[in-house]
Amino acid sequence: MKYVDEFRNRTLARKLLAEIRRTVTRPWVIMEVCGGQTHSIVKYGIDQLLPPEVELVHGPGCPVCVTALESIDRAHSLARRPGVIFCSFGDMLRVPGSDGDLFRIKAQGGDVRVVYSPLDCLKVARANPAKQVVFFAIGFETTAPANAMSVWQARAEGLANYSILVSHVTVPPAMTAILESPGNRVRAFLGAGHVCAVMGWEEYEPLAARYRVPIVVTGFEPADLLEGILMAVRQLESGRSVVENQYGRAVLREGNPDARRMIARVFEPCDRAWRGIGVIPGSGYQLREEFAAFDAARVFDLAGIISHEPEACISGLVLQGARRPLDCPAFGTSCTPETPLGATMVSAEGACAAYYNYGRRR
Amino acid sequence: MTDFTLSCPLPITERKTVVLGHGSGGKLSARLIREVFLPAFDNPLLNRLDDQAVLQAGAARIAFTTDSFVVTPLFFPGGDIGKLAVHGTVNDLAMSGAAPLALSAAFILEEGFPMEELARIVASMAEAARAAGVPIVTGDTKVVPRGAADGIFITTSGVGLVPAGVNISASLARPGDKILLSGSIADHGMAVMSKREGLEFEGDIQSDTAALHRLVAEMVAAGEIHALRDPTRGGLGATLVEIATTAAIGVEAESAAIPVREPVRAACELLGLDPLFVANEGKLAAFVAPESAARILEAMRANPLGRDAVLIGEAVESHPGMVLLKTEIGGTRVVDLPFGEQLPRIC
Amino acid sequence: MCLAIPGKVAELYEAGGVSMARVDFGGIAREACMVYLPDARPGEYVLVHAGFAITRLDEEEARRTLADLEALAELAPEE
Repeated sequence: MKYVDEFRNRTLARKLLAEIRRTVTRPWVIMEVCGGQTHSIVKYGIDQLLPPEVELVHGPGCPVCVTALESIDRAHSLARRPGVIFCSFGDMLRVPGSDGDLFRIKAQGGDVRVVYSPLDCLKVARANPAKQVVFFAIGFETTAPANAMSVWQARAEGLANYSILVSHVTVPPAMTAILESPGNRVRAFLGAGHVCAVMGWEEYEPLAARYRVPIVVTGFEPADLLEGILMAVRQLESGRSVVENQYGRAVLREGNPDARRMIARVFEPCDRAWRGIGVIPGSGYQLREEFAAFDAARVFDLAGIISHEPEACISGLVLQGARRPLDCPAFGTSCTPETPLGATMVSAEGACAAYYNYGRRR
Repeated sequence: MTDFTLSCPLPITERKTVVLGHGSGGKLSARLIREVFLPAFDNPLLNRLDDQAVLQAGAARIAFTTDSFVVTPLFFPGGDIGKLAVHGTVNDLAMSGAAPLALSAAFILEEGFPMEELARIVASMAEAARAAGVPIVTGDTKVVPRGAADGIFITTSGVGLVPAGVNISASLARPGDKILLSGSIADHGMAVMSKREGLEFEGDIQSDTAALHRLVAEMVAAGEIHALRDPTRGGLGATLVEIATTAAIGVEAESAAIPVREPVRAACELLGLDPLFVANEGKLAAFVAPESAARILEAMRANPLGRDAVLIGEAVESHPGMVLLKTEIGGTRVVDLPFGEQLPRIC
Repeated sequence: MCLAIPGKVAELYEAGGVSMARVDFGGIAREACMVYLPDARPGEYVLVHAGFAITRLDEEEARRTLADLEALAELAPEE
């Protein structure tokens, strides 16, 4: 596959590793924010191949993991209602709420459907005028343009039975929260390549300057990740802290202006609760007032839903990079992909699941 | 049972109802078998958990197997539920080295199911059985009210004869064995996926459904085979884990050696699926004595169904029960049974 | 997160007033919404996420990245 295979080349990877080894002189902690990068790192065994001085810490870049429990419970409440067709990306099906998951709700008769794109939900809505179609709009900025367009298009067509349950999260406030937290050990970031393909990297420049952390916008294939790590290490070793772009083939400084315009047109920033972390101010998107008719939180009565987290789950700490999956007493014992206590074990992108599935047991 | 020390409201460990994941060939399926079926039926033959049971009847050894087919869509590129049913059962017999003798076919039909579709499926089964040289000699039909079944469910059983001197079973795989794969993986699963609502895509992806008994006979004639399995639900990954677990051996394989056709790979990338866990219906994995490996591989390649056969790894003494895959860039990855159905992901 | 894969724009069309394209991903094709890349032309490569093309892939940049890595390889000692 073009633009994929070339970046999975073994020789390039081995030599990048050699160069990293030669460049590094002392320990550095680097965080990759994006769950897709975590997945790739663990799948290819990259972190095991890195020299011990380079410690990769996994950030809260898995929108599945960080979706607030309250949002999940609201989603489940909607999915249980007769007359509702609840559509979601496959990722969310097994995430545990306070009582069950979408898979279980489907087994009990809920009309839950997996979709690849929010546009597919519009098709479902058109085909089922007597039902309410709700789409679980989770994700980082990468998915916001798609969700925005689905609402825009629904309005243009006068669709009266489509709404989205919004739980978008944004990256820069999360990175800020991590940098601000006491005891933060992260010295550099691998920026989320596809988030930046949409948003660009302008908004990361103030972060790099204020906190003096290198931020390298990085892709997802092994060669991308290794090159991103190399670029971060080079900056760290030479005391530089700027934003650099490893993922030049897909990312421009201004991102995709059309997409950014549409996001701003349909959504506005809001405070958002991150599962296991708490509220990060300004870290979410919500639908603007004029699109209230498409906001499932306003269309449906969602009051009276009580949410509770299991105590043993330290997903939050894992998400902040403060703990590794292996530090958790429940990891691999009471918490496994089969019996997850928290979202980091359920989502394929979650650090705990990645560790477990790719064999990092004790 | 896992050890919960908190009164946490999260469910999961105790499932009061069957969920789809129980049928996906992964961990949940294994659990269901282990916790519900095995304890109840408990007998040495069943407990081996091979794809078929080999019964001693006087001097003859009879292989006996059964399988149900509930796939939707019923018709997909490269095949249909009928063809799948015939090939699937013939293959289960073949995995013990048995020469298939005959099949049975039982149908559960939903009221309202189109007669024309039934005719197409039956014709397809007849053709597949004829081509394989295995007659369908007995059957049954039931009709259930509308809504009680998803169109049509087919259950096929099969009997075969295991030739003297042939002993093939997952438990017989041993350290030192070479692991051969008969061809590309994930074709069937992605062919079916391409027709799934909401995930449709076009492309040159065909199910690989095929009857493997003749290929197996040629392989048996060429050398010493210890274990055979056709990686259906759960894919090649699940098969390797199952054999490693049953035989208590380690498996080491090379990711780059496992063939995946270009469009199939693209489809997996698009939906975020790992080809390792996607179903196949016309492939087999063989654990063979190392000194026989080259000859058996040659025999495979001489058969159209084994044209792309490759060596993918070997069985080892260390890390019994664990499957290690060397990644494209030289790292190591542990392959474990997926939890339930592999779901398309966006994140 | 953000699984997005590269594909080649095969054919542009409109559906319900919305700009779409058939995109070829190394042998399989799927529709993608092109509203965010209004200037995309058949033959160009784009990244598709959740059914939307979100950015163009720059052939030159890809070549440059690979060339940089190759060059790096020459300097680094073989293991």
